[in-house]
Amino acid sequence: MKFPTQTAPLPEAQNSVRRVMLIVLLALLPGTLVAIALLGWGVLINVMLAIIAGLLSEALMLKIRARPVRPAVFDGSVIVLAWIFALCLPNLGPWWLPVFGAIFAVVVAKQLYGGLGFNLFNPAMVGYVVLLISFPEPMTRWGPAIDVGGNALNFMQSLAWSFNGVLPSGVGYDGLSVATPLDHVREQITAGATIHNVTASLFHTGHVLQSWNVWLGLAFLAGGLLMLWRGVIRWHIPVAVITGVLVMSGFLWLLDSAKHASPLFHLLTGATIFGAFFVATDPVTASTTPRGRLIFGFGIGVLTVLIRSFGSYPDGVAFAVLLMNLCVPLIDYYTQPKVFGHKRGNVKQGGLN
Amino acid sequence: MSDVSYRELTVQGLWKNNPGLVQILGMCPMMAISNTVVNAMGLALATILTMVVSNGLASAIRHWVRPEVRLPVFVMVVASVVTVIELLMNAYLNTLYHVLGIFLPLIVTNCIVIARVEGFAARNRVLPALYDGLMMGLGFGLVLVCLGIIREILGFGTLLANAQQLFGPVAANWTLHILPEQAHFLLAILPPGAFMALAVLIAAKQGFEQRRAAQLAQKSQSHAVPSLASVQ
Repeated sequence: MKFPTQTAPLPEAQNSVRRVMLIVLLALLPGTLVAIALLGWGVLINVMLAIIAGLLSEALMLKIRARPVRPAVFDGSVIVLAWIFALCLPNLGPWWLPVFGAIFAVVVAKQLYGGLGFNLFNPAMVGYVVLLISFPEPMTRWGPAIDVGGNALNFMQSLAWSFNGVLPSGVGYDGLSVATPLDHVREQITAGATIHNVTASLFHTGHVLQSWNVWLGLAFLAGGLLMLWRGVIRWHIPVAVITGVLVMSGFLWLLDSAKHASPLFHLLTGATIFGAFFVATDPVTASTTPRGRLIFGFGIGVLTVLIRSFGSYPDGVAFAVLLMNLCVPLIDYYTQPKVFGHKRGNVKQGGLN
Repeated sequence: MSDVSYRELTVQGLWKNNPGLVQILGMCPMMAISNTVVNAMGLALATILTMVVSNGLASAIRHWVRPEVRLPVFVMVVASVVTVIELLMNAYLNTLYHVLGIFLPLIVTNCIVIARVEGFAARNRVLPALYDGLMMGLGFGLVLVCLGIIREILGFGTLLANAQQLFGPVAANWTLHILPEQAHFLLAILPPGAFMALAVLIAAKQGFEQRRAAQLAQKSQSHAVPSLASVQ
């Protein structure tokens, strides 16, 4: 699907929806492969289930709404949505998490708002937040691919665990699952430990988790740079998100470095890099003006750190993105660029006037 | 206005002008108290009772109330009725009284009560006013209970939990367990779930009406001369 330009100048659009989505999928690949290597086959199962459920519900909704099914299903947008959503899910979760979340994301957050291009909120994050709020316990089932005893689940064993909750003999669920770094820090801080001891224990005990987030972050950074290079996203939002995270966490860290983690920790753990390049840059729900993108991204970064530090959930990227999605119409309204030949302010008339 | 048809009042209250689905009045208690069926029924009964009694009282005194001061007078009437009902529930349905909490006295501020008192009871005879209060209250209560059913099944996986709070000790084992523990959809009992469930109900009502209107139009068209649309 290409959107022809309606007014002069009329250069041919270089990016079709399909091409953009293909590049995004390519960019997701390194991060996904690293995630599978570190977290096991559960990641792949999540992605596949989410894509299947997402495509089926998209086709069904388009059929009900009497819209053409074929172009919308084959432009890849649902695959990208479901893929990004599935990467947020715990790798040891049950099968219905990705299925339910993908259906909710596509049906409620995307199609009920009018389909591709009309949704107010990032559908992937809506799906994730709905799961996080509704099913808190299954959403904590994280664990490395290789457990303490050196066991690893192969693909079929992962499938059996996802669908039936059956583990091969000799492997215990408690041996598989561990707290994520952000979870760990939150628990220890509330228990009264200082951040220095907590991060030291996290990075020096030889725990598998010490590095999983760093490698994941770097892999997603590579994908993000690919999208930047191909012109699929622009630099404003990722740079602003990362700046927001660094500024806010730096401020808290300088205020009380015993209670708050360092900016580097905030940058390399959780979903910071993934969120900055893949989630916040969603062309539909992000701000569209250059200055607006900077404000939008900076707000996401600041809110992420605030929610991590003072909220009741370990990571805050999803909530921050949804909150800033709400502000986008306002940001866009006040950051419209000057039209050549006009004074700034003249273009602001419109709307209800 | 002596030519009020009871049939029309019924249709208006329960369907055409339903307080919950069409007038969208009284949203605050509707969202807050519809998380279980029993809570919803309790609040629905209290609201119905308030509407019937205050409609009747307002209609009875309508000739003595000067139009300039009618609103304060009606608010006083509604407030007294709600106070009586609140005290009664405190005495006889004490646990439910504590569950409903602030939303019981807040029935005073429920727009639908004062809307019917002002808009209908103040201009009509006592009997139609009583009946209008009953039907509007029922319309509100039915939506409340529907929301309660949807949200309790999805969120708690049960139906009629804690029924003894409303129906006495006989009802202690009325609870139906429908969904297993793991499948509880917590979002349904949180405020966003209330908004979504109500939106689904409103959409269902509108969809049903549109479909029926289309059917009626088709039926009348097949009898009448071909219109412009059918020629095209």
